[in-house]
Amino acid sequence: MVHKYKFRDTNFVIDGNSGAIHIVDDISYDILDCLDGNFFDYTENYIVKKLADKYSKEKIKEAYGEIFKIYESGKLFSSDTHENLATEENLNSPVKALCLNVAHDCNMQCKYCFASKGDFGCGRELMSLETAKKAIDFVVQNSGSIRNLEIDFFGGEPLMNFEVVKEAVKYARSLEKEYDKNFRFTITTNGILLDDDKIDFINKEMFDIVLSLDGRREINDKYRVTRGGVGTYDVVVPRFQKLVAKRGNKNYYVRGTYAKDNIKFSDDVLHIYDLGFKHISMEPALCGDKFESSITEECLDEVLKEQENLCNKLIDMNLSGRDVDFFNFSIDINEGPCILKRLKGCGCGNDYVAVTPNGDIYSCHQVVGEEKFKMGNINSGTFDKKRKKPFLNTTIYHKEKCRECWAKFYCSGGCTAKNYFNCGSIMDPYDLACRMQKKKIECAVAYQFYINQNY
Amino acid sequence: MEHIKTINKADFKKSITGTGCGECQVSCQTASKVDNTVINQKCEKSKK
Repeated sequence: MVHKYKFRDTNFVIDGNSGAIHIVDDISYDILDCLDGNFFDYTENYIVKKLADKYSKEKIKEAYGEIFKIYESGKLFSSDTHENLATEENLNSPVKALCLNVAHDCNMQCKYCFASKGDFGCGRELMSLETAKKAIDFVVQNSGSIRNLEIDFFGGEPLMNFEVVKEAVKYARSLEKEYDKNFRFTITTNGILLDDDKIDFINKEMFDIVLSLDGRREINDKYRVTRGGVGTYDVVVPRFQKLVAKRGNKNYYVRGTYAKDNIKFSDDVLHIYDLGFKHISMEPALCGDKFESSITEECLDEVLKEQENLCNKLIDMNLSGRDVDFFNFSIDINEGPCILKRLKGCGCGNDYVAVTPNGDIYSCHQVVGEEKFKMGNINSGTFDKKRKKPFLNTTIYHKEKCRECWAKFYCSGGCTAKNYFNCGSIMDPYDLACRMQKKKIECAVAYQFYINQNY
Repeated sequence: MEHIKTINKADFKKSITGTGCGECQVSCQTASKVDNTVINQKCEKSKK
């Protein structure tokens, strides 16, 4: 569980089990190469002989001594002592977060949409206020002692059912005091229907927002089009700019998708920044056969290079005073989430579920329409808690491929839906996503090091 | 030390929240929405 890599001119070493991150000189890096991840399989004399052509005996012994000291402190070649936390009692959580699909309809027709152009293959439908209220009651009743409850207004396009969004927020707020809950609302929107009233409401009530834009006009308008096939860049960019200008310091992300035609997605990230947006996220279209420009195995080398390229550009920008927050590189290397969260993963089908306009409850928004992941219905008052069990058992310790991976406490086992759609099982990590995730982690660690230390 | 410098304070074994309070944001409610991004989450107890 020791992982090492080079970024720029720095040698990074991550001790996966303890979370310790070290930078080491070349001689230590070469010693770690010789040790091949198994500290006690090789003697100091073996290392001295192996590296005799490159370094003096004294220097090798000196560096080896330091590696041993770090090992003794529990920050290198450390053992994994967390598996005992993965008990059903610890893993089983109250439901505290809803993806509320208020509109299974969309005024756009994005080429890579996983939701079958907004209706998830279930037919166009808007959620009634009655169903939205029942969903809010459901999360209040099923959240136990957890105080912070999350509702993400999602779709389709949630602004197509904005009256229900507004009334649902009002209703949830009316319950906060009585039940000692704190609702955090988020919304994910394509921006087409944004106007001044909606902007003001969103900025007042939404804890976080996700604004969808893929970057440069020619890229965005290739994929993000109206139902009539017209590009949306010119319509949504000024609206997003207006919203963000009025938002103050509250959270938001402009979130893009990249595909084969813009593998050099750093240009799109920088374009979004130049439009005045500091908080940016960009994810690959991993749609398999469903989308002709989906990122596939053959793109991998180029994608990995581009992640590194983007990281380099963002480091330089930050060091020159251009403040940018790229979500994937935004990690806290000193603390971050607790160990239980790291081993549990995303919480889908456990503390997080999705609710459709007709009240069906699914383990997450990406599997809506998949009968096997349906857990109940809000309107009929059914919720089969037994259906949580398979999702409790998706921890890094339940997945063979994750158990011995250095990145397991950073990625937490990958996206369950992605694993299912690409590998046929929620237990089988999607290799392509794994490899991209590992690169993201390497870049994120390097990014944090450079912008915070300025070595 | 001359050869190795530890650059962070993380120690998962001393994770301050132990078995988890569950108050922090669910990962798919944040900027990604289509991927598991647990590492990008903030601990509710450590928020300033």
